[in-house]
Formats: sequence, C-alpha cells, structure tokens
Amino acid sequence: MSGIKFEYKLEGGDFANAGKASSQIKKTLKQLNIASKTIKRVVVSLYEAEVNVVAHAYRGKIDVEITVEMIDIVIADEGPGIENIEQAMQPGFSTATAKVVSMGFGAGMGLPNMKKNTDFMNVESEVGVGTTVQLKVALVDKLVEN
Amino acid sequence: MTLKEIANVLNAKVVVDGFFDKKAVVTAVASDLMSDVLTLDEEPDILITGLTNLQSIRTAEFADIPIVVVARGKKLTPEFISLAKETELCLLTTDFSVFKSSGVLYKNGVKEIY
Ligand SMILES: Nc1ncnc2c1ncn2[C@@H]1O[C@H](COP(=O)(O)OP(=O)(O)O)[C@@H](O)[C@H]1O
Ligand SMILES: [Mg+2]
Repeated sequence: MSGIKFEYKLEGGDFANAGKASSQIKKTLKQLNIASKTIKRVVVSLYEAEVNVVAHAYRGKIDVEITVEMIDIVIADEGPGIENIEQAMQPGFSTATAKVVSMGFGAGMGLPNMKKNTDFMNVESEVGVGTTVQLKVALVDKLVEN
Repeated sequence: MTLKEIANVLNAKVVVDGFFDKKAVVTAVASDLMSDVLTLDEEPDILITGLTNLQSIRTAEFADIPIVVVARGKKLTPEFISLAKETELCLLTTDFSVFKSSGVLYKNGVKEIY
C-alpha cells in the first residue's frame, strides 16, 4: 500500500542537522493524530538512527513511508559499515569517538533502543560500503509483513 | 511547583517561555547522556543538563520533555535558543551545578521518575 512519503539527506559529522528528519516526522504524525506514545517510539528510534549516520558514516538517506498500517523507515548510508552486527546490537558496545560522546551519544545504547521501540528492525551492512537500517512501527494491532 | 517557582528556587533565567500546559512540575531527570534520556519510558517534566549542543534540545523534543534546565551557567548559542523556541520548549539557565539544581528541586518536592 502506498502512503505519504518523505525523503531526507544526512551528512557525516553534521551534528547540527541530526534530528531534523525526526522533527518533521513528529510534526506530521501529530497532525495525523497518532498516539503520542507511538510517535515517541518512532522519533526516538529515527533520531538515534540519524545520529548513527552523522556519528559513524559519511552520508546517508532516509526514506519514510506512512500508511494506515505502519510507519516504515529505511536509513541507508555510505560509510565504513558494521563488521559484526550482533556485537553492535549489544547494549554498551560502541566505537564512538570523543566528539560523539561530547554530543551526548556514544554509549552503545542507540541500536538496542531502536530495537526496543520498534515492531520490526533489520540491519544490513557491508564493510567499506555502508549500512542500511529498516525500522517499522505498527499503527494497527497486527503488522502485516510485506 | 509552577514553572515560575522552579525558576525562582534555581535562581534561573527563563530564556524561552515555551509551551507547558500542565498545572505543576512534578518530575525531573538529570543527564548529560542523551542516549540514556531517550530510553525513558516515562516523560519527566524537566531535563537538567550541562550539555549545550543542539542534541539536548532535540532529545527533549523527542522524549516529550517540556522543560530544559541548562546548569553551570553555560553560555548558549543563538542556534540553541532558536531551536528551543521552534520546538516550543521552556528553556531555563542557572548558575547552579547539575547536582545542586537536582538537590534544590528535590528538596522542593520535585520527584524522580525512577
Ligand atoms: N550507520 C553506521 N555505520 C557504521 N557503524 C555503525 C552504524 N551504526 C552503528 N554502528 C556501529 O555500532 C555501534 C553501536 O551503535 P549504537 O548502539 O547506536 O551506539 P553508539 O552510536 O552510541 O556507539 C557503533 O559504535 C558503531 O560501531
Ligand atoms: Mg548510536
């Protein structure tokens, strides 16, 4: 099913713009009268994903699609990739630089928190190429897999 | 406590008088780690922080925290202030440390969320 679509771009190191996409998505979801707890789950996850591109990759693209059933987000970046995804998903695992830590991140809590807040999460990565994260949050009781 | 009373006991300046529709301030968290704030299942009324980059405003926005108190008398950039305005947050600055701000609020009845 096709719904409302949004596209955003991100640049590695550009912390000032991390959160812009999440902010616009939050406004849109509010206008659509989505429950505030659901909105929070979406934007917290998307924000952590935005920060990951800015903190760990070179550049990235975010695609968001909102349908009556769900919010479907794909964050694809060009970057160093993740060598061991299972390890990266562990709470506390981080390769973040001091700069990232000074921004209030880099505690290895982003990916686990995205997992916690979404109904579906998939991470694919190729070392030296980039990483793609897909996140889905259901707006109906049962999320129909496509 | 009301927002005004909060500002009083913290000897704080209200930099942005944003949107706060609750009758009273009841709960707060103190953190410089935004990732940690983003894991909270509940929504405290206040975030007390020493972090003065845009991430603390963004975090409050996404974690649904209406009031940000920047401690230690840190200087704020115009971008920081305008982002707070844009997101309709209440932004306060105090010379008190994060520890002292937390202690003073706690003494005045503001509670932890966990
Ligand atoms: N988009 C990405 N590109 C490359 N590495 C990533 C990406 N996202 C996450 N990682 C790796 O996974 C680790 C854990 O990510 P996360 O849980 O968000 O914690 P943090 O970002 O605080 O380090 C990162 O430190 C990094 O090594
Ligand atoms: Mg992260």
